[in-house]
Amino acid sequence: MIATITAGVSQGFIWAMLALGVYISFRLLDFADLSCEGSITLGASIAAMLIWKGMNPFLASLFAFLGGCIAGSVTGILATKLKIPPILAGILTMISLYSINIHIMSFATGTAGTANLQLLKYSKKTIFGIIRRLTGLDKTYAALIVGAVAAIAVIFILYWFFGTELGCTIRATGSNEKMCRAQGINTDTTKIIGLAISNGMIALSGSMICQNQNFSDVNMGVGAIVIGLASIIIGETIFMRAKNFALKLFGIVIGSVIYRVVVAVVIYSGMPSTDLKLMTAIIVMVALSLPMIKTYLFSKKRKHSKKMNTPEVQKNG
Amino acid sequence: MADMEVMLSLSGVTKIFNAGTVNEKVAMNNLSLDVNKGDFITVIGGNGAGKSTLMNAVTGVFGIDEGKITLDGIDLTHMSENRRAKYFGRVFQDPMMGTVPNMEIQENLALAFRRGKSHGLKWGITAAEKRLYREQIARLGLGLEDRMSAKVGLLSGGQRQAITLLMSTLVRPKMLLLDEHTAALDPKTAEKVLALTDEIVGEDSLTTLMVTHNMRNAIDYGNRLIMMWDGKIILDISGEEKKKLTVEALLGAFSKASGSEFSNDRTLLS
Ligand SMILES: Nc1ncnc2c1ncn2[C@@H]1O[C@H](COP(=O)(O)OP(=O)(O)OP(=O)(O)O)[C@@H](O)[C@H]1O
Ligand SMILES: [Mg+2]
Repeated sequence: MIATITAGVSQGFIWAMLALGVYISFRLLDFADLSCEGSITLGASIAAMLIWKGMNPFLASLFAFLGGCIAGSVTGILATKLKIPPILAGILTMISLYSINIHIMSFATGTAGTANLQLLKYSKKTIFGIIRRLTGLDKTYAALIVGAVAAIAVIFILYWFFGTELGCTIRATGSNEKMCRAQGINTDTTKIIGLAISNGMIALSGSMICQNQNFSDVNMGVGAIVIGLASIIIGETIFMRAKNFALKLFGIVIGSVIYRVVVAVVIYSGMPSTDLKLMTAIIVMVALSLPMIKTYLFSKKRKHSKKMNTPEVQKNG
Repeated sequence: MADMEVMLSLSGVTKIFNAGTVNEKVAMNNLSLDVNKGDFITVIGGNGAGKSTLMNAVTGVFGIDEGKITLDGIDLTHMSENRRAKYFGRVFQDPMMGTVPNMEIQENLALAFRRGKSHGLKWGITAAEKRLYREQIARLGLGLEDRMSAKVGLLSGGQRQAITLLMSTLVRPKMLLLDEHTAALDPKTAEKVLALTDEIVGEDSLTTLMVTHNMRNAIDYGNRLIMMWDGKIILDISGEEKKKLTVEALLGAFSKASGSEFSNDRTLLS
């Protein structure tokens, strides 16, 4: 059981970057970006292919990040310059990436149509393999440490970036686009940059997932958005009062960890892993409908109290 | 006269929405206007007269179909909205429109402080700026100077509009454009924001266009008044003549110039 939880925690850190990336597009930019399902696999495929070809895994992860940035920029350009509705722009990128990811993995094997890459042969050459060799840790703890360090580093970088002038304009774009344009901010550019960073992070997450599980599969991204959203919602609920941006980001990492621990425990207790996506979707559905349920309950209460207060209000008026 | 230099000039500007469809609407019809430096012009006109369209054409929210727009000698006609932004301070009717709700009061001011500048990787707000913003916000007399890191979304419409006004002039613009910026506020708050507007405009003798639906305000504020109807300017009164205006005279002038009754549900005749 302890081992299950530890494994869940380490998975949570590795998947946290996905949640942070989804947070940037969905929350900061207010852009429902579906390309992330393709980006996560893109990151995995790029990292797997480059490690297969003998590249240093850190460098391979950097390329995975950059690949994600390009994918995000494409979605951004489709949505801004070509005025394609955001959801469709994301879907177009996602679908394109499906073919591109197969091409990338085929490039490693030399066989056309390679839909997954096994990295077991190269497991010592992944980031996790290298850390294990250096520290002598077992697989789970190596993943835990690498994941935690990466998550904390990413929180710092994002906190810095979104505090800069450029970062502020990206946050502002998601919140009030019209005002941004009145302030001379090119909102096309800010959206494209925001989506690039978001998808870069998601691809980086994919690269870490791939190196940790030692394989990349063209379908590994299915449901990634929902997983990201579930982590965000859990994090936001727990860190509801967090005002500080870094703390909010930290909350999302914790949300991702909690999500993964729950998943690990549920699977440990016998639920078939194929039901996982359904469970995740239900978590997100319930969480997203909570505000509606709350307002419903509140409005009932308010109507009630209004009735009682009416005479007083009139007196004051 | 040196102070009669032209700041904004529109010549023969036409803007047609949905051209070629059944919804075709000529919102600006061969409109020409010269705004002198230091002019504080109030703009009135019925619903759909083209007042907002005039503002939006000047600031580049959309391109125009014909004509030319220059500002202080700079040709704006084909310039994009975000490149024009550095010249204009803008306040919209909707108090939600001029500020970023998810950001702090001081972060909003920091955005305004960088209006029209490039945004790099320097920190978005410095300690010296924070002090400056605090002083500026204190001028509003709303007690907001102690809530500089509160999210703007938590503030009332009047508070937000006052902040927007401050933001629009934080860096002196070539022109201040106000589009019914007090229309959504309760009368008392509207009065306050209007007084603040007059103070800010007067201090810097800012060239200003102020759209209002309140004829009384249109007469009381500014040195020049224009009335729009059907995409055209049908009345342009300034100087002594404007000072002597009454609401009745204005209504009379309107029906004479347009051949119809003044129709604006929101016009207050008080
Ligand atoms: N983006 C647009 N697309 C289509 N038609 C528009 C658009 N903006 C304005 N119009 C039309 O142009 C005409 C002028 O509108 P405008 O908003 O300039 O009026 P206004 O004088 O500001 O009126 P109000 O007092 O109601 O604010 C109206 O008939 C309006 O329906
Ligand atoms: Mg209008």
